[in-house]
Amino acid sequence: MSVIAGTGRRWSPPPFIPNPWLRHGLTVGAAVYLALALGSLEVNWTRVVEGLGRGWHFVLAFAPPDFVSRRAEIVEGLAESLVMTVTSTVIGIAISIPIGLGAARNLAPLPVYLLCRGIVAVARTLQEIIVAILFVAMVGFGPLAGMLTLSFATIGFLSKLLAEDIEDTDPGQLEAIRATGASWLQLLNYGVQPQVMPRLIGLSLYRFDINFRESAVIGIVGAGGIGATLNTAFDRYEYDTAAAILLAIIVIVMAAEYLSGIIRRRVQ
Amino acid sequence: MAGADADGLLRLEGLAKRYPTGDEALRGVDLSVPAGQVMALIGPSGAGKSTLIRCVNRLVEPTRGRVFLAGEEVTGLGAAALRRARRRMGMIFQEFALVERLTVMENVLSGRLGYVGFWASWLRRFPPGDVEAAFRLLERVGLVEFVDKRADELSGGQRQRVGIARALVQEPQILLIDEPTASLDPKTSRQIMRLICELCEERRLAAIINIHDVGLAQMFAQRVVGLRQGKVVYDGPPAGLTPEVLTTIYGEEDWAQTIRKDDDEGPAGPRAADEERMAGLR
Repeated sequence: MSVIAGTGRRWSPPPFIPNPWLRHGLTVGAAVYLALALGSLEVNWTRVVEGLGRGWHFVLAFAPPDFVSRRAEIVEGLAESLVMTVTSTVIGIAISIPIGLGAARNLAPLPVYLLCRGIVAVARTLQEIIVAILFVAMVGFGPLAGMLTLSFATIGFLSKLLAEDIEDTDPGQLEAIRATGASWLQLLNYGVQPQVMPRLIGLSLYRFDINFRESAVIGIVGAGGIGATLNTAFDRYEYDTAAAILLAIIVIVMAAEYLSGIIRRRVQ
Repeated sequence: MAGADADGLLRLEGLAKRYPTGDEALRGVDLSVPAGQVMALIGPSGAGKSTLIRCVNRLVEPTRGRVFLAGEEVTGLGAAALRRARRRMGMIFQEFALVERLTVMENVLSGRLGYVGFWASWLRRFPPGDVEAAFRLLERVGLVEFVDKRADELSGGQRQRVGIARALVQEPQILLIDEPTASLDPKTSRQIMRLICELCEERRLAAIINIHDVGLAQMFAQRVVGLRQGKVVYDGPPAGLTPEVLTTIYGEEDWAQTIRKDDDEGPAGPRAADEERMAGLR
């Protein structure tokens, strides 16, 4: 390769932070903090070595998984989780659509927008476990609390992403529909819906996956479903049954993931 | 012909628009367009052409001034009355603005949304007369075999034809046309302009056409209005666009090549327009 003798002009891309003192200061600061943070963790290596053996025994206790002795409880738990997942996903979607429309700045007037964004913010800030504890306290142990929790979480997730997708729609298409003298509902049906439908379907199926997985977690705090069964198995030290439950959850989640992948590809 | 008669189909009185950003897009425009007149609106980018036609159907709310369509004041109408008024104003867009995931037929029928109720439109059960009108228009623009194609499968020229059919199925009295040819090649541009003008003549429609291409404006319009910084600086026949007038509208430039000299659409015709485009590339 031959290099053309130049005039000595050099070029490098402009840095993200123009001030060199700030730029290098931040880098050094971050490195120092990371070093101090790692130093403060106090890893007890002898404890870790002992723990490895204990962990291994714990894992061994899972094998072989026992699907049989608590079969009825496992089936019941899975059925309950599935019921929670389906109902909460459907209810969540049904409530998310109006909230998502209201939280889209290009469709909603400012007061409605702020109200809906507020609902979204509340639904997203509270973690599922905390919401589940709240609902268990309100409606008692069982799948109803789980269903309410997952519906609530679905609203936070779906209405936010739907609102953002609506805000990303092509304003030209909306303008064209408005210019025909269409009403607001017709604008939604002809201008917005065709643009957001594929993503709404994709997100709903994704949320279905998440809700099933979450149903296994919130059961631990008393919100019913397979999580409750799993928790009971651990409490009784029946690790082989717990292993069977975990395997069942993994298989169902993977199957749901696979199916939703197929559907999502088809609606694009 | 170029002069506006006092009671035009469309009348703008002191129309002004100031955007929240402080941009004064329109600074008091008075204009009158008689029925059946095709008027080209020319002017540099940012002169307020798009704002002007959007203030007519209030996709953009004017800050001051009044708009009259066939004697009815459009400014100041309530939501429902405004929707009824919009039915009489068809709009055609630069980027076509078809709903991409809907079929050609759904896009054309969306022009009837102002006439049908929500449930009928939701179930796609439009009155037979509307469907027949849509078919006839698709035949007229040469796309009848594409009825069930999705709009995003069409070429630019085909999309604009669907856009034209959508505007016409409204049975409007006036067409508001925003840069109909800016996304099209020179040949398709001329075909689209010719189609629009033929349809306006067939149906005795008035039209306001925003257009960058001075050559095309001269070729097809009966009247040219020049807009600069939100004000009308020229209003007259296409033949009146002298280099001096173009300098008033656009600013100093060598305009000799831009102005169309011959009236026939011979092979020399497109050169003026093309050369203006080439000039922009240099």
